[in-house]
Formats: sequence, C-alpha cells, structure tokens
Amino acid sequence: MPQRYYPVIGMEVHAQLQTASKMFCGCSADYWEAPPNTHVCPVCLGMPGVLPVINAHAVEQTVRTGLALNCRIARFSVFARKNYHYPDLPKGYQISQYELPLCRDGWLTIVGDDGQPKRIGIRRAHLEEDTGKSLHVDGHSLIDLNRAGVPLLEIVTEADMASAEEAYRYLVKLRTILRTLGVNSGDMEKGAMRCEVNLSLRTAEQAARGEYGVKVEIKNLNSFKAVRDSIAYEIARQTAVLEAGGRVEQVTMGWDENRRRTVLQRTKESSEDYRYFPEPDLPPLELSPEWIQRVAATLPELPDARAARFTADYGLTPRDAGILTAERAVADWFEQAVQAYGGPPREVANWITGPLFAILRGRAEARGEGDEEDQAERTEGGDIASLPIGPADLAALIKLVDAGVVNRNTGKRVLEEMVATGRPAAAIVEAQGLAQVSDESGLAQVVDAVLAANPGEVAKYRAGKTSVLGWFMGQVMRETRGKANPDVVRRLLSQRLDG
Amino acid sequence: MHLSTADVEHIAHLARLALTPEEVEQYRRQLSAILDYFETLKQVDTSAVPPTATVLPLRTVMRQDAVRPGLSTEDALANAPDREDGYFRVPAVFGED
Ligand SMILES: [Zn+2]
Repeated sequence: MPQRYYPVIGMEVHAQLQTASKMFCGCSADYWEAPPNTHVCPVCLGMPGVLPVINAHAVEQTVRTGLALNCRIARFSVFARKNYHYPDLPKGYQISQYELPLCRDGWLTIVGDDGQPKRIGIRRAHLEEDTGKSLHVDGHSLIDLNRAGVPLLEIVTEADMASAEEAYRYLVKLRTILRTLGVNSGDMEKGAMRCEVNLSLRTAEQAARGEYGVKVEIKNLNSFKAVRDSIAYEIARQTAVLEAGGRVEQVTMGWDENRRRTVLQRTKESSEDYRYFPEPDLPPLELSPEWIQRVAATLPELPDARAARFTADYGLTPRDAGILTAERAVADWFEQAVQAYGGPPREVANWITGPLFAILRGRAEARGEGDEEDQAERTEGGDIASLPIGPADLAALIKLVDAGVVNRNTGKRVLEEMVATGRPAAAIVEAQGLAQVSDESGLAQVVDAVLAANPGEVAKYRAGKTSVLGWFMGQVMRETRGKANPDVVRRLLSQRLDG
Repeated sequence: MHLSTADVEHIAHLARLALTPEEVEQYRRQLSAILDYFETLKQVDTSAVPPTATVLPLRTVMRQDAVRPGLSTEDALANAPDREDGYFRVPAVFGED
C-alpha cells in the first residue's frame, strides 16, 4: 500500500485597511482607477528629509481585527524596516512590524474536513504599508505610486490547515470577519486581499515524531479559486515527487492561472535577506488597556456569535445558521424577514436557503457569472441586497402559504415572479389566478375523473401498492395546474381508494 | 571580527552597489574595524538594561485619518530620469530575484 502523506498548510493574508488616507501620510488611500501618481507626496514617494506619521485609524482597525480574531493585543509594539529593492518601493524599504507586532496568538473557527468546528491559530497580525504598482510593458516597467503607503494588515496563521478545502474555508471565514468589521472590502479581484500559502507534506510517522516535511511557498494568489486550486495542485505534485522516491525542494512557487499549475519562482539559495531593524523614524506604539477597551466596545456582533444566537433564539440548525451568517447582508435580511413574518423563524430560513438562494444563483448565471470561479468568489446570497423585493415581501408570501391561499410549490413560482417583476406576492396570485383550490366539491370532481381514467392504477393500489397514491396526487396537481390544496386532495383520494 | 571579501560583495549586492575590487578591499577593512569596535562595546555589562528599539523619549505619535493634498503629478515626476503618461518609467524588472 502506498504511503499516505498529510498536508500541513499555513497562510498569510495581506488585507488593505479601509482608511481615508495612507498609513504614514495624508494622501488619499483610494487609489483604484485614479490616474497614475496623483495620490502621492514626499512621504510616500520616499523623498529625503521627510518623516512618516502613523495613521491612528489604521491602528484602531488593526486592533479591532486582532480582538475579533481572539489575539493578544500588544501594549507595546514597534515598527521595523524591511529592506529590499524594487522600483515600486520608493524608499528601498517597507515599513512593517517584525519582532513586536500589534496582535498575536489568536484563532478563528472553521468547519474542519470532519464536519466539526476547528480552530485555526493566528500566529500574528501586524501593520505595514503597501507597495506601488508596476506595469510591465515591452522592455521596461511603468510605476504608479498611488498605492504605495496604503495601510496593509498582514495576518499569519499557524500551519493548522490540512487540505485545500480547509484553507478555502479559512479564507472565506476571514473575509466574512473583515467585512463584518468594515476594515476591508474583501475584494480579491481588486487586490484588497492577497494570499500566500505555505505547504508541506508529511507521513503519519513524521507527524507522530512532531516532524515536518520540506516547506514550499505559493505566492501571488489573487482569488479564492487560485488558493484552492494551487494547494490541490501542489499536494498532488509533492505527493508524486515523494512517491517516486524524490525529495521536495524548499522553493517559492507562483500560480499560473492559464496553465493551471504552480511554477517555480525562487529557490532557497536566492532567498531574500531583509535585514529588519527597528524603524528609527517612528516612536514605538504604547496602547493603554483603557484605549484597547474602548476599541473592543466598538466591535459588532461577529459571524460566529450571530450564528450561535440564531441557533439559540430562532431554533435554526447550526448548518442553516452558518449559511445565513456567512454574509452580513443575508443575516440582516433574514432577521428583518423573521420580524415581519412573526411565525417560526425556521420557516423563513428554509425559504431563504432554498428557493431564494436558488433564484439568486440563477440570476448570477444569467449575468454570466455562473462559472465555478465566480461562484467561488461569492458567499451564497451575497447579492441579496440587489433583489427588487425586501424581507417583508418574502414574509408576506410565507403568510399566504401558511393561510392556505397558495400551496408551497406554487409559492416558489410566485417568489420567482416576485423577483422577476418586483411585485408583491398577493398581486401576483390575484393576477395569475394562482390561489389554491381548497373547495372540496370542485376538487372531488377532478379526483373522481382521474380515478375513472386510470382503473389499472386503482387496481394496483387496492392490491396493496399504496405508493401509487403519490402518482394520483401528481395527476390531480397537473389537472389543477398545481393549485390544488394537497391536504384536501390526499384526503379525498384516501376516502375513495380506501373506502 | 574579520569580514571576508564574499561578505562585502554580498552586502554590496543587497545595497545594489557596484564596487571595484579596490573598494571591496577598502570597505572590508573599514567594516571589519567597525565590527571590532562593537566587540569593545560588548564588554559593557548590560544584563540589567532592557533592550530598546528607540533612544527617543517619544511614544505613540499618531495623526487623524484625514486626506491632505499631496504633490501634483508634474511635481512628483519632476526629478524622474524617465517618464511615460504620468508613470515613472524604469528598466524592465522581470527576471530579477
Ligand atoms: Zn503620500
């Protein structure tokens, strides 16, 4: 039997903080689609004789994130210079944090591969500045420094993930938390969140001895799908190397989206030498417990807490609670619908996670966003706010179903029509004559006609094949264009067949 | 502390400095002498002194998150050796380590 290899995966995420100005100067941090080099000043251009000054809001956003990720917040932290040369880094160094980051030793919870909650350790989260952008055109490069100095939060996990799926779920969860906090847009396509993965494989024996395999880094992962696919690819590649009796090299890989494979970027021999040292231009940060307390008081209800409340207060299954809290807009929508409805919240949850999400998926496909990649970038129901109907409209529809005005299947058709036209449920039922038929004498005629037309099936039923009842139900529904009250039909059929 | 020629060449590469063999030798001797002086400093007993990242008495100097006007693109690019459509234009950076 071939040896089994277990992946050990850690991740670094760079998340741009949503501030008005840059990390160390007053230039606008809103660089997206701005003409090149229009949000620049002597500080972010790295001109001599200037001094950086720390953006208080960026520190606050970092501390809020650290608290939300259950980190210890450092009362004393220090910025450091990371020295390297690249044209999009005008100073010749990046101001970052090294030995004394703002946040360390936290965790967040994902659903592990075994279906159970699993904690992913957060080793550290620190504040730094983004670089500019390089545009590579034939023979030379063009540099835009609008992005240089935008505050960047680097979040580093422990190597706690065991599969591409767990890494993917970590990333989705992290993005949900960052968006709930309002510290990051979560927009990976625009580079607001960027990922690096480190990955090694080991045998069960190595794991038992506390040993690790050779670590490979994968850089430049700019979509959820790239993270998942590149990890799956690397696991397969390294497994093949090990099974062939080879050795995995300690290298840095990039992800080639077109060829759908990892490609070698750097070997260990050419690894960087950053010569970190404390930033002499910035005094250390000393945060008082009172200040940290005040920041803690601004934290919104986080997804896990909200999911727990949904299970406890609304009686939802943990699974539904997880789905409904993955996106803040969905959770808000759900709670508003529950309030408007007044009946069992579970009913609302079923309508949202079932028919409504199906409609949203259909709409995404119709917009040409139906492929796997687009779906991977989106949390289910994330575009719920774009619907032409509101939570109260769904509540009104469910009430019509409860009152027996339409049956459940017709209700789903009405919902589709509501989303397509933006009209309320009652108006659609009225205009299209969809109201459920509960009138016994009318339905009895239909039932009798169906039975008379199918003597063979009646005989089968009477001979003991009672499953035919469902078939008769279907026939009656077809005759009534789905409008028959299924309870009444079932009773009428039983009376006639069993009587 | 004796620095090798290779040490100096590595440091020069990190700083992107092109040195002549004479300069490498000159810096090798000067840097070695500087490091020797740290050997002298190391003799001071600092066991009771906590390490510090700064010699300034300042702590927690921050500014409000407010946008202020910076430079015009024209001023920003004024000293650039080369430019194109509002960008700094530099030699190709592909293939560098
Ligand atoms: Zn600036």
